Amino acid sequence: MIDVNRQGEVWVFAEQHDGRLEETSIELMSKARHLADTLKVRLGMLLLGDGVRDLATRLIHYGADKVYLAEHPLLKAYQTNSYAKAILELIHKHKPQVVLYGATVAGRDLAPRIASAAKAGLTADCTDLQIGTHKTAKDGEVHENLLFQIRPAFGGNIVATIINYDRWPQMATVREGVMPMPEPNASHHGVIVTETVSLTQDDLPLEILQEHKRPKKVDLKAARIIVAGGAGVGSKENFKLIWDLANCLGAAPAATRPAVDLGFIDHDHQVGQTGTTVRPSLYIAVGISGAIQHQAGMAQSQKIVAINNDPEAPIFSIAHYKIVGDLNEVVPKMIRAIKEKGIKD
Amino acid sequence: MAYDCVVLAKQVPDTHRITGKVMNDDGTVNRSALPAIFNPEDLNALELALSIKDRFGGRVTVVTMGLPGATRILRESLYRGADEAILVTDIRCAASDTLATSYILSCAVKKLDYDIVLCGRQAIDGDTAQVGPQLAEKLGITQITYVEALEDLQDNTIQVRRSIGNGWQSVRTGLPVLLTVTGEANTPRVAAARHLMKYKKARTPGEVAEEIKVMNPDAVEAEIKELCESRCEALRARGLLIEQWNLDRLEADLTWCGRSGSPTKVHRIQSVVLAAKESKEVPPTDDGLAEMIHELIEDKIIA
Repeated sequence: MIDVNRQGEVWVFAEQHDGRLEETSIELMSKARHLADTLKVRLGMLLLGDGVRDLATRLIHYGADKVYLAEHPLLKAYQTNSYAKAILELIHKHKPQVVLYGATVAGRDLAPRIASAAKAGLTADCTDLQIGTHKTAKDGEVHENLLFQIRPAFGGNIVATIINYDRWPQMATVREGVMPMPEPNASHHGVIVTETVSLTQDDLPLEILQEHKRPKKVDLKAARIIVAGGAGVGSKENFKLIWDLANCLGAAPAATRPAVDLGFIDHDHQVGQTGTTVRPSLYIAVGISGAIQHQAGMAQSQKIVAINNDPEAPIFSIAHYKIVGDLNEVVPKMIRAIKEKGIKD
Repeated sequence: MAYDCVVLAKQVPDTHRITGKVMNDDGTVNRSALPAIFNPEDLNALELALSIKDRFGGRVTVVTMGLPGATRILRESLYRGADEAILVTDIRCAASDTLATSYILSCAVKKLDYDIVLCGRQAIDGDTAQVGPQLAEKLGITQITYVEALEDLQDNTIQVRRSIGNGWQSVRTGLPVLLTVTGEANTPRVAAARHLMKYKKARTPGEVAEEIKVMNPDAVEAEIKELCESRCEALRARGLLIEQWNLDRLEADLTWCGRSGSPTKVHRIQSVVLAAKESKEVPPTDDGLAEMIHELIEDKIIA
């Protein structure tokens, strides 16, 4: 751990694989920029890899003041130990006050290993970050300008604000898709700080034998309109209704976890706590009861239309348009209404 | 070659099955009303350990940290085929965050022989997925998270397939290793009747003491202590004693346990209330739906 260090920078781990930056790291930058401005410190990005220098310029365009660039042949492919060792070295050297990671598979693998070695706090899967003041219950001690690490817990039934006022850095992983992407600005200035890290083959305990990446079948995060079906749709055959409605709106088809588990549609289409978090302009929920785990992934949609035959379904409590009725009748009527308006077919 | 496996398990409130019965009137969840269950992905970790034992031999030891009630998941582990179970319980563990928890668990695991340590990827109450990697760091061993399948195990080398989110990778490493196991990895076996018959009598010393107090309401403390000791000895001889370890037994440094060992603190907890906001009911008729579509176009929600 490092001591409380009010001049410390705000850092974001810029996760890259094969020279491609993870979207989550960039999403995090707009929030991190805001945190750094509030604290009146610099925003630093941690960029590790081999031959990734050109990514540093992109990070500066997205709003970084500094990019700590550590290049090493042994950092070419992500591995827990090598990346943790390099980042720990930089944390101890520069003493940032905040270090953020995307809650990707690699981020959730790496951050706890670093936290344990640094004996520092770490909050998982945050959905929001703020700067605030905490007063301890025991002795009324006031800690100003702390990182409020806000996350759902208990299957999304509570929202907890976590703080860490004594053993820094304050670290958190942040969920994918919960923060808007910043706009790149080519006139933004920043510096690239070249770092050398000492690594040996012993820091790479894994032998990666084979890797298979598959492109996502659908990009729910980018969709302006989403039509989602739940278990209430009833069958894979009947899920065609969801596809039809989505097609006539130019929307992305999505589903709840129960619908995915029942095999109605592929996991790539899953919205919710264990799926993708989305914030489209329009979310049409069809045959979805609205379990809190699902709501966690879509409640930030600008407008929500819900179709359900149960007037008590929890989804109605967050819907802007409530349609109580049989989805098998409502959806075809809706498709007709859309086609009559001459919207994209 | 046989492999000794240590499985870390957690008893959790069943957050995935929240029904109206556990909701308070204000729309919040009454957490104490939720049933306590074996954390689902810890069952996948246990299953992977048991399948290793089935194929190669070795012992499976299950460790949980929690209140005495968590003994239930230890008995469930024994019913499924685990050889030994250990309850880590101590009031001084209270308020531990993931860092303190991983420290306490590391003290317990260091007391055991292991080749492979297995955890569920994450627990459904906190969904943090942090304790596994933190435990691996404290043990100073390699971690492999998001394990979906065991591909090969021979001599001192293990090969597994793990998820990388948008795909998978196959990796190999030397033992010892810590694996965090996902729900994709396997289908956990159910309890076996022969284990159930044997281990339904398995008890922790704490449970033995409770039972003796109930049966001997007039006994003085010294007598109870003596009765407990002889009863625990008898259970141990039959392999039916569930070990119960406190922080002294673990020789844990108390500064790294409980509240003082936890850098993260709770500033505030807010219950999620399913808030009603501005909304309108749309009749499920052609006219009603056409009106709604019209509004959505007017508002430029759809174009």
